Amino acid sequence: MIPLRNVAIVGVGHSKFGRRVDTSLPELTWEAIKEALNDAGISQEDIEFVSLGNIGVWSSEVSPGAAILEYSGLIPKEFIRVETACSSGSAAVKAAYMAIASGSADIAMALGAEKMNEVDTPRGVEILARIGNYFWEFENFGPTFVGYYAFFATAYMHKYGATEEDLAKIAVKNHYYASFNPKAHFPKKITIEDAMGSPYIAWPLKLYDCSPISDGAAAVIFASEKIAKKLTDSPVWIRAIEGATATSNHSKRENFLSIPSTRIAAEKAYKRAGIDRNNPVKHIDVVEVHDCFTIAEIIAYEDLGFVRKGEGYKLAREEQTYIGGLIPVNLSGGLKAKGHPIGATGVSMIVELTKQLQQRVEKERQAPIEHGTALAHNVGGTGHYVFVTILSLSKP
Amino acid sequence: MSAENKDVDKETLRKKLPITYDKKTQLPLWRDVRTLTLNYTISVGKIFPFFEKLAEGKILAIKCKHCGELYFPPQVDCPKCRKSEVDWIELSGEGELETYTLIKIKPQSFSHYDDYVIAIGRLKEGVRVLAWLRVDDISKIHIGMKIKLVVSERLPESYLVYEFVPAEE
Repeated sequence: MIPLRNVAIVGVGHSKFGRRVDTSLPELTWEAIKEALNDAGISQEDIEFVSLGNIGVWSSEVSPGAAILEYSGLIPKEFIRVETACSSGSAAVKAAYMAIASGSADIAMALGAEKMNEVDTPRGVEILARIGNYFWEFENFGPTFVGYYAFFATAYMHKYGATEEDLAKIAVKNHYYASFNPKAHFPKKITIEDAMGSPYIAWPLKLYDCSPISDGAAAVIFASEKIAKKLTDSPVWIRAIEGATATSNHSKRENFLSIPSTRIAAEKAYKRAGIDRNNPVKHIDVVEVHDCFTIAEIIAYEDLGFVRKGEGYKLAREEQTYIGGLIPVNLSGGLKAKGHPIGATGVSMIVELTKQLQQRVEKERQAPIEHGTALAHNVGGTGHYVFVTILSLSKP
Repeated sequence: MSAENKDVDKETLRKKLPITYDKKTQLPLWRDVRTLTLNYTISVGKIFPFFEKLAEGKILAIKCKHCGELYFPPQVDCPKCRKSEVDWIELSGEGELETYTLIKIKPQSFSHYDDYVIAIGRLKEGVRVLAWLRVDDISKIHIGMKIKLVVSERLPESYLVYEFVPAEE
């Protein structure tokens, strides 16, 4: 087997997330591309390969790749668009990573972009809901995405005694950190009372348990070791990016307490990065997990091995995932408050963690960097697709 | 201008521009003049016995003749054996409630229904099924309760589906 080449992150860019009715999809994506090119100190000419995480449907451009490349001066660069639901951004990162690791390219760019507000909210909810199994789940029974995660919340709370207030504490934490992130969709603090008083969307999940429908874009530029040395003194290295899948039909899941694909992807990523799977937090400074709904963050704590099964809600209750706790999680504000422009989310996580490791984020939400290692956990659907990525300041 | 353009204001219409203004930001938005309505035709020829028996009040699953694997939703190809010789098995419908939710904010194409409970039930044959659970009061539901999968008519569309009903008082 030909060994993979080392892959470095040499530039990152991020648009403001939110209801971006001021921009078209190419304009929005350019905000992230421009920032990433400036950050890396390179030009469009230098890029050999571009990948894009984007689902579309809610936006008018059916095949948006060429429109984005044309607007951004990236024609005639090689391009692929990838789709793994809400983890499409990580799939784009994996594609760009593989382009470098395989030796196919020396500089590659992963993009994530989504313009969800080109349709109204009811249509947006409808399209999102169709991400589950269309014929056997959606067609006759009309679940929403909140509804799918409510299956997990109902079962989890019943089994372990977690409360709706434990879930609310995740929302409060993520809004707290978003309040220091100018690029967040909702850069404002909320209280437990705000969260507990919000209406049910899909019982037992309430409005403040849910990430919003967001527009946004993110970009990451990767380079081979040789090129990275010329571009930057402080590259961030991809130590592992590993994926796994779970069934389309929720009726075929083993239970509603855990996302099996997170466990598998994490195990593979820990092994490749040389992280002790029995105690990963001792190696890691900062984490972004996929908190599309508050229950998802709690279950992620367990599936990623931060705590034992059934104890994730205690981390929320005891506020152990703030800076200074067991492990700081979602200092960007998470999907919950930074926003969740579906295809952009996975790329946004890598932008955030790169800046965290380089100590370039706002001081109120900067994690102390001791080990120089960070973890991104990005879920498509309810684990239909999962990617776990380990970033490090030290070369593999 | 099409029906989609009803929110385009008179002044803009006078200028012959399909422009609407965002309610929150007052920013101009081009109101797409090309409307696309999608309605799919989904192939069910290989699993048609499932639908024929639904009309007789029966809910079927598929069992692989070689390895005995049970498939619900039904599928005629067994990926384990790579064979397609299968038996259609009638499910008892008897099961237990594994988890559930009450949908308050509905997808647009479900907006004409009252709030509905979606459940996942585990049938005694071992397969799980996702379906509505017909109850008048969500507080009467609990995980582990006995439920039964039955064929019912979905109104107002008047077509056959399956749904859970409580099997205990």
